[in-house]
Amino acid sequence: MIERVLQTLVDVVSVGGLYALTALGIGLIFGVMRLINFAHAQLIMMAGYAILVLFSQSVPLAIAAAAVVAILLALGTERVVFRPLRDADPATLLIASFALSFFIEKTMIMLVGSRPKGVDFLPELARQIEVAGVRLQLLQIVTIAVSGALLIATTWFLRSTKLGLEMRAAAENFRMAQVLGVRANRVIAVAFAMSGILAAAVACLFVAQTGLVQPRMGLQLVVIAFVGSVIGGLGSLPGAALGGFLVGAATILLQTLLPAELRVFREVFLFVAVALVLLLRPQGLIPAPGLKARV
Amino acid sequence: MMAVPKGRDEGRVARLAPLLMLVAVVLLVAGAAELAPAVVQRRITQGLINLVAVVGLYVFVGNSGVLSFGNVAFMGIGAYVSALLTMAPAAKGVFLPDLPPFLAAAELPVAAGAFAGGAAAALVGAVAGFPLMRLSGISASIATFAILVVSYVVLGNWTSVTGGQNSLMGLPIYVGIWTATVWAVVAIVIAFFHQESRSGLLLRASREDEVAAAASGVNVVWNRFLAFVISAFLSGIAGVLLAHFLGTVRVETFYLDLTFLIIAMLVIGGTGSLTGAVSGALVITALTELLRQIEVGVPIGTTVIAAPAGLGDAVLALLMLAIILFRPKGISGGRELAWARGPKELKLSQPAADGHNS
Repeated sequence: MIERVLQTLVDVVSVGGLYALTALGIGLIFGVMRLINFAHAQLIMMAGYAILVLFSQSVPLAIAAAAVVAILLALGTERVVFRPLRDADPATLLIASFALSFFIEKTMIMLVGSRPKGVDFLPELARQIEVAGVRLQLLQIVTIAVSGALLIATTWFLRSTKLGLEMRAAAENFRMAQVLGVRANRVIAVAFAMSGILAAAVACLFVAQTGLVQPRMGLQLVVIAFVGSVIGGLGSLPGAALGGFLVGAATILLQTLLPAELRVFREVFLFVAVALVLLLRPQGLIPAPGLKARV
Repeated sequence: MMAVPKGRDEGRVARLAPLLMLVAVVLLVAGAAELAPAVVQRRITQGLINLVAVVGLYVFVGNSGVLSFGNVAFMGIGAYVSALLTMAPAAKGVFLPDLPPFLAAAELPVAAGAFAGGAAAALVGAVAGFPLMRLSGISASIATFAILVVSYVVLGNWTSVTGGQNSLMGLPIYVGIWTATVWAVVAIVIAFFHQESRSGLLLRASREDEVAAAASGVNVVWNRFLAFVISAFLSGIAGVLLAHFLGTVRVETFYLDLTFLIIAMLVIGGTGSLTGAVSGALVITALTELLRQIEVGVPIGTTVIAAPAGLGDAVLALLMLAIILFRPKGISGGRELAWARGPKELKLSQPAADGHNS
């Protein structure tokens, strides 16, 4: 019994961590640009393909390539699509990222086909280990460790470095930060690069977990993470991470607790719960300061 | 915004001008289809069904400025409800042996099935819209994605009622060019009178400046809600038409790809006006058909040159991006058709759009 509870707990925390990383990557961009980036899914997907190409040669190389590809794609899309739209309203940015996301996905389908490809990435992580008499999957422990480390690193960056301070200032009031000498292009580029790194990390963990790469991957993660960041409070980074974690954790809890015939409907229960939370707190659990329109 | 001429006598007719001209365009397209070969006629019928879907999306998105990803879910609901109510009981016995008795025995006339499909979609829209419309614009957009996912999961797994992942076949096929035309005209009329109504105008005011509208006493939540329900109804009807045009329904039809297509049509046409919705639907239907031909292969001399599969989707996404970047108000420029170009609208000095606090 205790073992079952512990296993579920580890499961919940590891999946929650994965969604928290995804939501944080999305939240960083939303913070500085008010952009909900659908194309975050394609950052994850392209990083996945980088792993597919290189994993058989060297694992560190594959991880590095995933990071480089995701960062370059993030910076490239910022430069080509989002920079010209910097003064557009959030609804336009949302549509633009939706179109961009589809464009990258459909182009990949055109180039490599839509069939999933198997990747035997980090097979050694699939084995079970015994911690204090409880059997756990090593990959889940690694997922929790990586998620925790990246969340802490991001927090440290935002709190303790000059760039992080500028970024938080820009998230609070972009115009004012610019007037006070924060360089917009640099802050936004750094935010995109960081979201690229987070996407690459998610890609590594996700590919190791599922063993598959395909052009449509990432979208489901990103949509659930979106909903998580809405629950957490759009525009608030702790809110995004918390909301992402809660939604991911809830998915696994529902999977475990629901009777078998209702399990296929778990998204329904999840989103009904989300609707209830939003009825009580339309601004999210941790409302962002400065997001409310000022006149 | 609507160009409302000042002259009192010409005012009333001129106000109706966009409606009359859009209806005329639809009738012209239908008339041309009547003379065209059967294959082309089918494509045009499909285009008019798309038009109903895009106009349905426009009623909410165009007037409120809040993007909705949920309308294809309403299409799915409309399609399945109408299918279940109008299929022959014998066919239902084959595909859906576990159907509740009252559904298994039902065989309504197709028109009643269509209205039931639209009404069911509107009802779901009302239930979902109640919590969602209270959210701020951008959060509401994301939350509408939840409607899409939920409907996809329910329709795809509620096997005893929807057949789950299997297609439902044997629907009465009654949607031809004229049925589609009638519904296209009805959709345009509903959308036009909604946007000209008090509620529609208040909603458009909130689209231009939510804070100022709310400060002037506009109940933004209520007016959004109303538009969302009307929008859900029209989307439901579009789903009904699609189902009874194809004769089959499949849950996969009502998911991301159709969502993208309908949104792309509205954005490329121009979200700000009914003219944009109609022109987007017609132009993009023609374009996607052309691209599909290229994917199948174009004979040049004796060789057939075919583009790689998936080209059409990629081009459509690229076109949508280009429109957002270079002509953000779409083909229509956010304006309605008018008899004659009135004096250019006064260019109000735009408040610096900073996307953050304005």
